[in-house]
Amino acid sequence: MPAFLFVTVFLIYPVIDTLRISFFNRNSTEFIGLDNYEYVFTNSTAQSALLNNVLWLVLFTVLAVGLGLLFAVLSGRVRYEAMAKAAVFIPMAISFVAAAVIWRFMYAYAPEGFTQIGLINAAGTGVGLEPIAWLVEHPLPYTDVTLPGPLHTNNFALVAVGVWMWTGFAMVILSAGLKGISTDILEAARVDGAGEWQIFRRIILPVLSPTIAVVATTLVIQALKKFDMVWVMTAGNFETDVVATLMFKQMFNFSDFGRAAALAVVLLAAILPIMLISIRRFRAQEET
Amino acid sequence: MKTIKGKLFIGLVLIAVVGLLVTACPTALPANLSVSNLSVTPVEVEAGQAVTITVTASNTGEEEGTFNIPLEIDGDTEETKSVTIAADDSTQVSFTVIRPEGGTYTVDIFNLSGSFEVTGEIGVVNVLGVWGGTELENFQAMIAPWETETGNAMGFSGTRDLIAILTTRVAAGNPPDVAILPNPGQMITLAADGELVDLSSFLDMTAINAQYAQGWIDLGTTNPLTGIFMKAASKGTVWYNPKFFDAMGYVVPTTWDEMITLSDQMVADGVAPWSVAVESGAASGWPATDWIGEIFLHESGGDVYDQWVNHEIPWTDPAVKSAFEKFGQIVLTPGYVPGGAIGALATNFVNGSWLPYTDPPGAAMYYLGSFTEGFIAAQFPGLVPGEDYAFFPFPTIDPQFAGAVTGAADVVVAFNDNPATRSFIEYLASAEAQQIWAEIGGFISVNSNVSLDAYTELAALSAEQLTGATIFRFDADDQMPPAVQSAFWAGILEYLQTPGDLDGILADIEAIAAAQG
Repeated sequence: MPAFLFVTVFLIYPVIDTLRISFFNRNSTEFIGLDNYEYVFTNSTAQSALLNNVLWLVLFTVLAVGLGLLFAVLSGRVRYEAMAKAAVFIPMAISFVAAAVIWRFMYAYAPEGFTQIGLINAAGTGVGLEPIAWLVEHPLPYTDVTLPGPLHTNNFALVAVGVWMWTGFAMVILSAGLKGISTDILEAARVDGAGEWQIFRRIILPVLSPTIAVVATTLVIQALKKFDMVWVMTAGNFETDVVATLMFKQMFNFSDFGRAAALAVVLLAAILPIMLISIRRFRAQEET
Repeated sequence: MKTIKGKLFIGLVLIAVVGLLVTACPTALPANLSVSNLSVTPVEVEAGQAVTITVTASNTGEEEGTFNIPLEIDGDTEETKSVTIAADDSTQVSFTVIRPEGGTYTVDIFNLSGSFEVTGEIGVVNVLGVWGGTELENFQAMIAPWETETGNAMGFSGTRDLIAILTTRVAAGNPPDVAILPNPGQMITLAADGELVDLSSFLDMTAINAQYAQGWIDLGTTNPLTGIFMKAASKGTVWYNPKFFDAMGYVVPTTWDEMITLSDQMVADGVAPWSVAVESGAASGWPATDWIGEIFLHESGGDVYDQWVNHEIPWTDPAVKSAFEKFGQIVLTPGYVPGGAIGALATNFVNGSWLPYTDPPGAAMYYLGSFTEGFIAAQFPGLVPGEDYAFFPFPTIDPQFAGAVTGAADVVVAFNDNPATRSFIEYLASAEAQQIWAEIGGFISVNSNVSLDAYTELAALSAEQLTGATIFRFDADDQMPPAVQSAFWAGILEYLQTPGDLDGILADIEAIAAAQG
């Protein structure tokens, strides 16, 4: 019962009130129907934020899970396993804001001919490449090719930091799952003449798939909620806004509570099915 | 028997009398305290002000003595003073009492009693602002005399995210007593919502009218008066390196065309003429909008400027477009800015101000407000202001608007009306208070009673620029509603990335401005 009360006050009531506010004007004095939702899906800034979130969702999740799996499988085969894993996992222990600040320095840019204090540009100019303003530019690095948004260099640079932070998380969980696979099965497969790739494809991947699903779900929710890193590194400038940063701007910079609430509702609607799926899967696992 | 008893009785009496005399008449009387003449001054004070309680303490004995004299207020011992008084002498003992809360207090020293009355309450004025570090220390130095004089105190919360914090606190019904906003745009929004206190209800408006130029009063007036301006900055300053200019034979330009000619000459000499730097975190773009505002005022004059700021002409107006293009002429001309537009977008506005003063100079000129002096001084403490670094006034574009300048100032607003806040605002508005920070440096007052002698050399020049301007206008984007201001910032960033889309960018800003109603 106290738990129910707690959830009602801190979760259910705010959700319902946000939903209500999203149908009202900027200071919640006038009912305006679906206008705020029209803004979310038709305004160019809002559209770009939605697309950026899609990019985060796909690229961030795929890369973090993929690299995590790769590290988990490979690090299990080397003698310095603990060290290798620690190196990948350590970023996870840094606060997001601190990591974002660190990477701002990594990406720091100075015009050609000036001393580069950013590690990446210092290395790049060291081998004769032009410096790149990683957090500003849109064209692909070292080319004049500009892909349509959200496929911009600065978005990739931001996603890379997210991947750097979350790969360790994916690796640790997947590695634990990996250790759970009985060596007997693997031995048996080897005796039957299966190659390493086949073992991975036919045994490890299927056995590991529930774990991968759990990790992916967590990362998808992370990608949808992304705020801190974008806010610190670009503040959403140069078309790097995601839904959460745009929501913050609408709320606090423009005092438009209606639009902010509409963005929050869209975000919630996107996360909700993923949560439901993972809860259902969790229940299914409990039952078996 | 009877006589024997009688003799015995007389004997006993004699012994008792002698004994009494021996004990009662020593060679000297011991120290003995008596107190008299309790006085309480003043008997009526405001909360936080001192009350002095005095008694005459006398030593009626014949030996020096040390006495503890306790002061009781409302029955509780407030303070005990220890005094040493010579024999047969007296001294004044005084206590100072400060009471933060109103009410009547009874005073008691050895059953001598009196009372005093305290009116009002001690104020802790909660102030919300953006200052931290040196600026906050200077502000506190400015407030210190007020705290001593009134007994009130200031509680300062500093945040770089002022708008977000303020929006939240106001919405939660817990606003600070006073906020120091970096621009009047937010004040206008808050005043429209009825959140702000009418300052003219308690300020001495005769004094305010005498000490502040009408323009500043008008800016603070959203009918009624809701804001007092302080800590101003001129935004008509182009920073350069005088020694480098001399060495290269460059002459300070006075018109836009001269400035462009000079820039071309610099490019020919292999010197980058301009440093432009617009990165500023969530507020990126504002240094560029300062450029646009200054260009606009010099090109189209004060009346059109007002129409633009008040959104009486659309953003797609040729005057606006022309100002954008003139700024584009600086940033986008190849060779003018190190790194071109990308360099301008990726460089922080503080770091950008250093380029003219590196060896060799990374760029020859940097446009940003008078506060830039602080950035240069902090980075190059060895340089002499006025000799190694200086500014020239933004050049004339249209001769009929020569001498125009834009500027900015922080605006003090109040959310709660109470005696402490009133006295705080009265104090802040006074020349006496502002003189303190002006003397420390980094502060330009718009109170005309602050003497120009109070400033450092460069600050005095920019103060003169503000007071002597033929046309003065407040920074354009700072007067616009926050949504339009943000759109303006974002728009200029977009313009630098995709200059060809200028018409579309201006149309986007126009759509946001139109939605503000």
